[in-house]
Amino acid sequence: MGEFLGVALAVAAKDLRVERRSKTALVSALAFAVLTLVIFNFARDAASLSRTAMAPSVLWITFAFSGVIALNRSFTLERENAALDGLLMAPVSRGALFVGKYLANLAFVFAVETVALPLFVVFFGVDLRGAAGGVILVAVLATAGFVAVGTVFAAMTVRTRFAELMLPLLLLPFMLPPVTWAVQATARLLSGRPASEIAGWIRLLGLYDLVFITACLLVFPSLMDE
Amino acid sequence: MPDRVAARRIASRGLVLIAVGLVALAGIYLLALRFTPVERFQGLPQKIFYVHVPAAWSALLAFSLVGIASGLYLWLRDPRLDRFAESTASVGLMFSIIMLTTGPLWGKPVWGTWWEWDARLTFTLILFFLFLGYRALRGALADPEERARFSAVVGILGLVLVPFVHLTVYLFRTVHPQPIVLKPSEPSLPWEMLRTLLASLAAFTVLLVGFIMTRYGLGDGENLGNGEDRGKGEAYGR
Amino acid sequence: MTGAPSPATSPLLHATSLERRFGAARVLRGISLTVSPGECHLIVGPNGAGKSTLLRILAGLARPNGGAVSLRGTVPGREPASRRAVGLLSHQSHLYDDLSAAENLAFAARLHGMPDPEGAARDRLAALGLLERADEPVRRLSRGLLQRVAIARALLHEPTLLLLDEPFTGLDPHATSQVTTMLRAELQRGAAVVLVSHEVREAWPLATHAYALIRGEWALAGPVAGSADQFLARYREAMDG
Repeated sequence: MGEFLGVALAVAAKDLRVERRSKTALVSALAFAVLTLVIFNFARDAASLSRTAMAPSVLWITFAFSGVIALNRSFTLERENAALDGLLMAPVSRGALFVGKYLANLAFVFAVETVALPLFVVFFGVDLRGAAGGVILVAVLATAGFVAVGTVFAAMTVRTRFAELMLPLLLLPFMLPPVTWAVQATARLLSGRPASEIAGWIRLLGLYDLVFITACLLVFPSLMDE
Repeated sequence: MPDRVAARRIASRGLVLIAVGLVALAGIYLLALRFTPVERFQGLPQKIFYVHVPAAWSALLAFSLVGIASGLYLWLRDPRLDRFAESTASVGLMFSIIMLTTGPLWGKPVWGTWWEWDARLTFTLILFFLFLGYRALRGALADPEERARFSAVVGILGLVLVPFVHLTVYLFRTVHPQPIVLKPSEPSLPWEMLRTLLASLAAFTVLLVGFIMTRYGLGDGENLGNGEDRGKGEAYGR
Repeated sequence: MTGAPSPATSPLLHATSLERRFGAARVLRGISLTVSPGECHLIVGPNGAGKSTLLRILAGLARPNGGAVSLRGTVPGREPASRRAVGLLSHQSHLYDDLSAAENLAFAARLHGMPDPEGAARDRLAALGLLERADEPVRRLSRGLLQRVAIARALLHEPTLLLLDEPFTGLDPHATSQVTTMLRAELQRGAAVVLVSHEVREAWPLATHAYALIRGEWALAGPVAGSADQFLARYREAMDG
């Protein structure tokens, strides 16, 4: 178990180090997030939709799409110089490779969300008082779910010609449940509903995470080996 | 080549089933229009229900079959399972398109809009995207073995997703009640309507199986012209 | 350098009647190979003959369509532990462009569970004369330097079986002799080498067996006899035939 985790952390650390040097994914994802928030601000008609009604959806559309952008780079990095073969030749389990990649992707997407959330609060004049903890919990749970599936799909789509298109196409149906639940829960939190009301959504998100992280861990080896 | 002969036989049996199904469908059409009472509130347009519901169910059935075949493929690695999954996914895509186009046809006169986010339509729309993604991924992968393996992963993850989509769609529905609610299984449905619905379901299932068999037997763009033999064990030149 | 296997040495790698197809093209047909410790098997052949595919199958990264491979009794690549015994050098470097040579090798060492990853990395880089530029991002290195870093990575964990695809490409004479010396040391240590190379003359002193892979089949195969030129002459004959 220790070895498994050690390998996973080594892979994750490597991904983070590479990203720190090249800064490709993080910058594009962050730029996308900021741009999305700005566009939504101009797109809404002040008379028809209040900021607060739109807010949860805007937040999650931003999180979801910038998440996909961050996920894209996950395996393009392994494609250069066939680095993936280097990983596959190592005496490490494919599951450990998956967890390493997953953790790195989580770190990236969380980083984008950590920047986007305060911006969102500022741009949309959202009152987070008291709800912050709940909003963050919901964000963590939903993100953990779709990043797991996104990691598996990124491993697949990198082998295709139009990877940047294939990944969102495949991933979006899988993002629908966690993102819609997150929007529902966030909406309730922002309108001041008590935390107990969102317990159901938290449970659902947790269930989704449990099921899909397990499923992805189980199918990932089939992607790596013939 | 015995496998090719077997494939042709499956295809011709499939065509027979399609013919039977189409005749049955014509019969249902007649049944629905002449021998089934008109629904009180919605009038004549409601009758599209007899096409709409079975098409949605067929798409879901097809998707489940793809998921199961995908799981079996990852376990057994039999190319026939991959071919079956591909055939079923193609047919499922077709059925979901039928459902999504008949839905608005019904929706416009009844709801006044082309689209409503009712549970069944939304659910089938998501199935449509899953089928589309499956198809697109297959089209983008050249190596047959890799294509089979990767699409099997999508298939099985998709099947795992279905209950969650169901939860999402039905949860959403209870939060935003629809103007017209049409439950998939309606115990209070009068016998004449239920009979027509069940008959239509049977006809659609026959059609589904027929199309799958035909597609499976005749092969597709993936295997033709590659010099690969179709059939057991030969799909990847193994 | 004679490397004839003693009766006590059992084969390390045993490949029988390997078949591999890509679509309709049969890239490998009926390829058999037996490699014992201390042996160096040199494979020569025209581009596209299937040499790289063969190495991938021996490494466990690809599966044959027919035939069998066995590395110490198990299928290569299946069990994580069995991968410890193999070191692969392919056409691609397997390196991360944004990391330095030292970082790349330390990462590989960590994956191999080596106790002192950074130390092992530096040692191996030093042995190949790469310490000077070990801390620069690998993308800044010349082809020859990159090749040496890749070789260092393949040898890092002291594998028992070395699979090398064109190791001498891009190397100047000094570097070539460094690599040859290193490979000789590995062979003496008891490792086995399967070496694909166009540079027959460079590889010849190391080779115990030599093969020509032409259109997916062995046109020439067997223990080394005679000089490199003689082998090349026979190779040319086989190519023309």
